[in-house]
Amino acid sequence: MDVELQLAIENLLARYAHALDDDRLEEWPEFFAENGRYRITTAENLERGLPLAIIYADSRAMLRDRVSALRHANIYESQRYRHTVSAVLVERVDARTVKATSSFQVVRVMRTGESTLFASGRCLDRIRMDASGALFEERIVVLDSRAVDTLLAIPI
Amino acid sequence: MSADSRTWPAEGLARVPYWVYQDERIYAREQERLFRGATWNFLGLEAELPNAGDFKTTFVGDMPVVVARDETGALNCFENRCAHRGALLCLKDRGSASEIACVYHNWTYDLRGNLTGVAFRRGIRGQGGMPDDAQPESQAPRKLRVTAFCGLVFATLSEETPPFERYVGAEVAARIRRVMKEPVRVLGGYSQILPSNWKLYFENVKDTYHASLLHLFFSTFRLNRLEQKGGVIVGGDGGSHVSFTMMKSDAGGDEYERAGMRSVSGGYRLEAPQMLESVDEFGDGITLQILTVFPGFVLQQIMNSLAVRQVLPKGPGRTELVWTAFGYASDDDRMTERRLKQANLVGPSGYISLEDGAATGFVQRGVQGAAAHASVVEMGGRSVESNESRVTETSVRGLWQQYRRHMDL
Repeated sequence: MDVELQLAIENLLARYAHALDDDRLEEWPEFFAENGRYRITTAENLERGLPLAIIYADSRAMLRDRVSALRHANIYESQRYRHTVSAVLVERVDARTVKATSSFQVVRVMRTGESTLFASGRCLDRIRMDASGALFEERIVVLDSRAVDTLLAIPI
Repeated sequence: MSADSRTWPAEGLARVPYWVYQDERIYAREQERLFRGATWNFLGLEAELPNAGDFKTTFVGDMPVVVARDETGALNCFENRCAHRGALLCLKDRGSASEIACVYHNWTYDLRGNLTGVAFRRGIRGQGGMPDDAQPESQAPRKLRVTAFCGLVFATLSEETPPFERYVGAEVAARIRRVMKEPVRVLGGYSQILPSNWKLYFENVKDTYHASLLHLFFSTFRLNRLEQKGGVIVGGDGGSHVSFTMMKSDAGGDEYERAGMRSVSGGYRLEAPQMLESVDEFGDGITLQILTVFPGFVLQQIMNSLAVRQVLPKGPGRTELVWTAFGYASDDDRMTERRLKQANLVGPSGYISLEDGAATGFVQRGVQGAAAHASVVEMGGRSVESNESRVTETSVRGLWQQYRRHMDL
């Protein structure tokens, strides 16, 4: 096992999770390559080979639009996430590309104080590693459940 | 207090009493009189069950049902309940089979819901088994009448339910044909669990008044401003409707800005507006059409994003909203990509829909101590009629008109 690579990927996933959980949403698009793809889908859609996503972006610009809509347009009750990321498997594809699979759980904390297990699933990542660091070329968030409670505003 | 002791406010359709969203007895009566009564309940798309043997499980109200295409190609719907002890017959969301066996004691059924086998009915080596005059069929799962209209599958338990087209009215039927104009292909789905009574969501879909006030994304990009051309058609007995918008006809008015509405904020622009690039695939300039069929079906065309939504009650304060997005079998890759991109507008993360799940919950929570109070539904008057203006709650009143007739309230 390439320990250094493993640590680099785990570090990326940890920084990503903290950015979301700390409400630093403006930093979120910066984890992606310029034409990076981001999708949230369900295990059922994936298994049935169906392409529909809950959120789908294929550029940093689309991700920035998502953040800007969350900040300025969309209305939702204030809430925070706490991500727990684990079981990170790393596989080198070539000199600059890495595939990673990880598990996550997201606890959603509402302004009322209610904390619930909001989502669980896995992330299927394709990561570009170069001198400037590690960026997602593709991040597919696969929700274990097909049901989302109320709304999914903040990304996972 | 029984449901019969509930009295609708004297103002009629212009008021909706809050007990209607809260009362367990009202909920039970809805199951009996609406969902298991003379209404057409949406089950899914024919495209979900293309082949003989295909089945899915879903609900009519909160009654579990199996929908299956039998070997003759006909669609069937029957209660998902074994004649023996009442266990769920079918435990899969979907699949393909030649018969269905209850896991509990292995009683078997054909795809029309007929009981075909009782395990050890004659006992084993002369011991045990059922009496000769036993009639387990007497408790067989109930069969529903099924109708497929333009690829949309509905079912009813009642013999009284009028034919589908008469039930929704000619104008609503025409607008279904408009969207379901050719064979469709399922693109995927998901569910949204709403913390509110099912009627709050169904009202929300019919409420053209809220669209550009709650959903800022719409207004800012002039996707649906009330001064744009459009209209509301109320169909059938009132509980079905169509609302539509012709986006390119934006009159460029400044009513929102002058009224200082929250739903317009200056300077907000998309960096990747390609998401909204759409084609007029119906050739009529209608960019948005929302259609409902009483009591729990929604057909959506938002630009090139097409979907059906099934509203499933899960108790007085909880609703499951099942979304299925589709395109046409004839779509090329570019069209599919366009539909998938525009799916960002809808669903639990939808730019123009994520608020709806929360807003209906705000009502459910807000009226907690106010069963004897009522909401005010007087935009556009107090009656039910089709309207060119969308600053109206006419289709919300239409829902309550049909609802009250079924419920005798």
